Amino acid sequence: MHIVVCIKQVPDSAQIRVHPVTNTIMRQGVPTIINPYDLFALEEALRVRDRFGGKVTVLTMGPPMAEDSLRKALGYGVDAAVLLTDRAFAGSDTLATSFALATAIEKLHQEDPVHIVFTGKQTIDGDTAQVGPGIAQRLKLQQLTYVSAIRDVDSAGKSITVERRAEGGTQVLKTTLPCLITMLEGTNTLRRGSMDDVFRAVRSEVRTWSARDAGVEDITKCGLRGSPTVVKKVFAPQPRMEKAQQIDALGKSPAEIADETINMLFTASNQLGDDILKLTEAI
Amino acid sequence: MTEKKAAPAAPTRASAKKELPEHFKDYKHVWVFIELERDEVHSVSWELLGEGRKLADTLKVDLCAVVMGPPGEGLEKAVRESWGYGADVTYVVADPILADYRTQSYTEGLETLINTHKPEIILLGATTLGRDLAGSLATTLKTGLTADCTGLEIDDGSLAATRPTFGGTLLCTIYTLNFRPQMATVRPRVMAMPDFTEGRSGKRIDFPLNIKENDIITKVLEFIPDTTSDKVNLAYADIVVAGGMGLGSAANFQHVMDLARVLGADYGGSRPTVQKGWIPAERQIGQTGKTIRPKLYIAAGISGAIQHRVGVEGADMILAINSDPNAPIFEFAHYGIVGDATQILPALTKAFEQRLSKMRKAG
Ligand SMILES: Cc1cc2nc3c(=O)[nH]c(=O)nc-3n(C[C@H](O)[C@H](O)[C@H](O)COP(=O)(O)OP(=O)(O)OC[C@H]3O[C@@H](n4cnc5c(N)ncnc54)[C@H](O)[C@@H]3O)c2cc1C
Ligand SMILES: Nc1ncnc2c1ncn2[C@@H]1O[C@H](COP(=O)(O)O)[C@@H](O)[C@H]1O
Repeated sequence: MHIVVCIKQVPDSAQIRVHPVTNTIMRQGVPTIINPYDLFALEEALRVRDRFGGKVTVLTMGPPMAEDSLRKALGYGVDAAVLLTDRAFAGSDTLATSFALATAIEKLHQEDPVHIVFTGKQTIDGDTAQVGPGIAQRLKLQQLTYVSAIRDVDSAGKSITVERRAEGGTQVLKTTLPCLITMLEGTNTLRRGSMDDVFRAVRSEVRTWSARDAGVEDITKCGLRGSPTVVKKVFAPQPRMEKAQQIDALGKSPAEIADETINMLFTASNQLGDDILKLTEAI
Repeated sequence: MTEKKAAPAAPTRASAKKELPEHFKDYKHVWVFIELERDEVHSVSWELLGEGRKLADTLKVDLCAVVMGPPGEGLEKAVRESWGYGADVTYVVADPILADYRTQSYTEGLETLINTHKPEIILLGATTLGRDLAGSLATTLKTGLTADCTGLEIDDGSLAATRPTFGGTLLCTIYTLNFRPQMATVRPRVMAMPDFTEGRSGKRIDFPLNIKENDIITKVLEFIPDTTSDKVNLAYADIVVAGGMGLGSAANFQHVMDLARVLGADYGGSRPTVQKGWIPAERQIGQTGKTIRPKLYIAAGISGAIQHRVGVEGADMILAINSDPNAPIFEFAHYGIVGDATQILPALTKAFEQRLSKMRKAG
């Protein structure tokens, strides 16, 4: 069985700062990480391989330095890695990104038939959750989003049964392979790479593909030109002018502060008391 | 490399894209996809009709609802309600195959409907169903889709969709200038619920689903509904009490739950409290958790990081309790108490209890 996992290298947004004057992102020195949601996809792919046999290929589209994230993935025991990098991809929105990734997966499929494609639920920088479904539609793969568990993959590699997080419950779905799975977060814990894998990761080959290498014929479907959406404006959220009205706590006991707070809330909203009475009626 | 979502596109590029190709010019009207599952409509659909109404009025076009599902009273009720919440026209795709949501049947059904009736804008809820469908549909239609919008406006005839970017530190406004339809998803509770007009009626257009069960590759073996104890209705709670790292320990979260109980409120927390395992993931509030819109929100020991803020700003009243007078939460809370949450919370619980019992006695 051949499993492909799409991972993205993203800036560690917990450490992103916005320039106070120019309102632009200060990227310098912001470390990059593998998109945290993709780690659940990575681990699940490795588990499927360990249970049912086969190999795992990681794929990323990004600048040359995205190779780092592929090496990290190799350190967890992934079998092969492909870096899709080309200036033609710059400025891709989700439609163009899924086009490029789907083309590369098609090429991998020709080398060694692909059974399952995994993606994360979403990225922390793009944050759209659209690239997975985009790949599935382009490659005509069965689309299984928000998967929380893989119950079974039949031995012939023909069908798969999964649990999927739906509104108000869990769907148990059975479908044919090949399929695309977007993995829900918190569903597994990433293994520690073995010493062997960690050493291998340093030496392993990372295949680097340009758009042409990946088999892209129509370059206008990539990057800015292949992106129907246009970002026209980036701005910082409006700070609110009035600050919170402080309850004077100086020298008062918690009970006194609490009383004063309730008075203030009840003065601000004469409905609040009735609302609470209604809400607590059932209890 | 989806960097573009954050970096402003060169203005020349944007203006160069301005002219809408001829074949897209007859795309007209604003559509809202009504999410109907097991006879229940997700409230986000009504919230979107409220927002869609404004867009349709600005463009002077119709507001249309799309209701898909198995034939029956649940579907009929959804159609009637779509008019009550403001739809002028409702497209109805009724077929037993649609009883369970599946990507293939819903995508193909909606795609055919769109290609026949050509809307210029289509809005969907950013729920698990809505995101699955929107992502697949946008790709088959080869058009632009903006996810998780927090603001929708019409700018010079185009949809201007604003969404947070870079983990919520910035906002960006995205256009789909020369493709149609323009698609956007919006999370539950980001938009206000519109008024319901009893007896308001609209036009109904039935549309067939030309798919047979045999054509659908994915089968639903089972649906396991969430047990009531798992059901967290945080997004729709009228009062929410939440705790953050300032509580210091999982045990201290009890103070939050106690106050919530006395107020008939639901409770939640900031992301690190979820990561620490103090509370379950469904209770996380903020950009990567739930968006809430309560009448009263009480935040205890929460610093008020931007990712938290975007999830709570729709609250009518925010009361913050924080030991640091310079905590960012005081920049958007309406009322603030500088103090130790582990002392203030129990005091509030007790004071509310006394006050409410007096009110109950007074009738
Ligand atoms: C991509 C991304 C997505 C995110 N999504 C979310 C999200 O959805 N929701 C979310 O909440 N966060 C989210 N975060 C995290 C967010 O940036 C903050 O780190 C988080 O909200 C901080 O949680 P906190 O306020 O509980 O903890 P802290 O920032 O540690 O703040 C604790 C506060 O408690 C106060 N305090 C300490 N002791 C006491 C006391 N005894 N009594 C009263 N106050 C006290 C302190 O003054 C401080 O203000 C996200 C981050 C990223 C990068
Ligand atoms: N540039 C990329 N390279 C590889 N995988 C990606 C890329 N962008 C997105 N993905 C995958 O698609 C998922 C959803 O991304 P997004 O639509 O940006 O939220 C991610 O979790 C990744 O698995």
